[in-house]
Amino acid sequence: MANKISDETIEYVGILAKLELSGEEKENAKADMEKMLDYIDILNELDTDGAEPMSHVFPVHNVFREDAVSGVDGSADTLVNAPLKKDNSFKVPKTIG
Amino acid sequence: MAKQYETVIGLEVHVELATKTKIFCSCSTEFGGAPNTHTCPVCTGMPGALPVLNKKVVEYAMAIGLATNCEITRVCKFDRKNYFYPDNPQNYQISQLYLPIARNGFVEIETGSTKKKVRIHEMHMEEDAGKLIHDEWDDTSLVDYNRSGVPLVEIVSEPDMRSADEVIAYLEKLRTIIQYLGASDCKLQEGSMRADVNLSVREAGTEPFGTRTEMKNLNSFKAIARAIEGERERQIELLEAGKSVIQETRRWDDNKESSYAMRSKEDAQDYRYFPEPDLVPIVISDQWIDQIRARQPELRTEKLERYKKEFDIPQYDAEIITSSKHMADIFEAAAAICGKPKKVSNWLMVETLRLLKDHGMEPEDLRFSPENLAKLVSLTESGAINSSVAKEVFEKIFAEDVDPEAYVEEHGLKMVNDEGALEEVLKKVIADNPRAVEDYRGGKEKALGALVGQTMKLMKGKANPGLVNQKLKEML
Repeated sequence: MANKISDETIEYVGILAKLELSGEEKENAKADMEKMLDYIDILNELDTDGAEPMSHVFPVHNVFREDAVSGVDGSADTLVNAPLKKDNSFKVPKTIG
Repeated sequence: MAKQYETVIGLEVHVELATKTKIFCSCSTEFGGAPNTHTCPVCTGMPGALPVLNKKVVEYAMAIGLATNCEITRVCKFDRKNYFYPDNPQNYQISQLYLPIARNGFVEIETGSTKKKVRIHEMHMEEDAGKLIHDEWDDTSLVDYNRSGVPLVEIVSEPDMRSADEVIAYLEKLRTIIQYLGASDCKLQEGSMRADVNLSVREAGTEPFGTRTEMKNLNSFKAIARAIEGERERQIELLEAGKSVIQETRRWDDNKESSYAMRSKEDAQDYRYFPEPDLVPIVISDQWIDQIRARQPELRTEKLERYKKEFDIPQYDAEIITSSKHMADIFEAAAAICGKPKKVSNWLMVETLRLLKDHGMEPEDLRFSPENLAKLVSLTESGAINSSVAKEVFEKIFAEDVDPEAYVEEHGLKMVNDEGALEEVLKKVIADNPRAVEDYRGGKEKALGALVGQTMKLMKGKANPGLVNQKLKEML
């Protein structure tokens, strides 16, 4: 395996993803990520000089909607699975003002 | 000698676009609905929901880009900005990082007598987040996703500003341009225009920038000016004490007139942007740009010049009237109806500005119709009412948009031009004020004023002052 994920990196990724991982889970995640990065490295074997960067594989562009309101009161559907609600709103632990 | 410091400021300005629907779904953007009523699976980030771009958002963004001298990016696309916060139901915001819709623009600002260019680094399209209301009673937050997915453009300037005055001139310039385009109402208080201030200080005459901070929660021009002054002083104090400025986001508290650091270490600023796979690229043709350009309305600078030429209005008056698109629209419509542009302009410049100031209102808040202002001008010009009555009627138009013809009729405010009736009153005034009469006859011109005043009072302000003067002189 060419790529190495450090302890600091896995710690940092855990914070960004809001995940609390046990020591064993961290080791497994490190091994998985290393494998993924190695796989992606295959691309480096290709000569990409002159190739345009691409973000979409389909030859489709300019898919638009017209600016017309359709839609009714969506609040019942939106809130149906809310663990906690109040005043037609989701209730969540207090966020910093 | 104390060191001299220079303030370096760049702005990130968010503007909510005036579309009827959200950026990626057909939910209404209307303000003030009950919580979560304007939501659907797309704007609440339900798994499997697919966004579809609102064409109007692209067209407004292009219009703003063109009006601020930007280059329009011919192939642009969206990216995901990843972060966790309850106002963001998808756990990412759809924005543009790599290929924003417009780049490399500028606007010209004027402070005092100096003109200067403020460069625009880039402008991108993105979606707004939901709103959090903090519940004091049970120490929780309530989340309303009605704002989630409302279209925004973010306009990022270069660090070209050096003072609060320049910042405000820049914001006013952007606001006027965008209002004229009809792309947003740009109300700072209501949050349809929001500015984040990036500020650093450096010793005067030195090249490298100091460490900057970003300040949020600035919702009036006054707050922006105070925050800039406060942050400049805070940074200079740190440097003078041999400490260094930390790059961070700070929240301005306008009541306390101070700021505090917002993010903790846990909220690392690493958004891991990547191309948004659910939205295909946007390709903008020459033809589309030409179409948008052809549709651009007359902007303020052009309007101002035209008013001076076409209506012979002084520079200062034209500046005031065109400072708000809404006021300019009222002016032009009223002038077209009554054919008296100078008179209309006078009503706007004097009484309207006075009443706006008295009520603490903005020109955008004017609610009277050009028809009623035009009627008032015609009533005054034809001599049907005198100027003091006209002022009284105007206050009614300003407050309730009354029809001045009906109002004057109903309250019997028409000017009395009946010479017989006037002579009767004058006889009484002359008889009741022998001293003033004597003074006048003895050569005291000023005494006439008192007699005119008495007459107007007896006729409840409806007399024609010119006629009163003339008749009085004859009878004395």
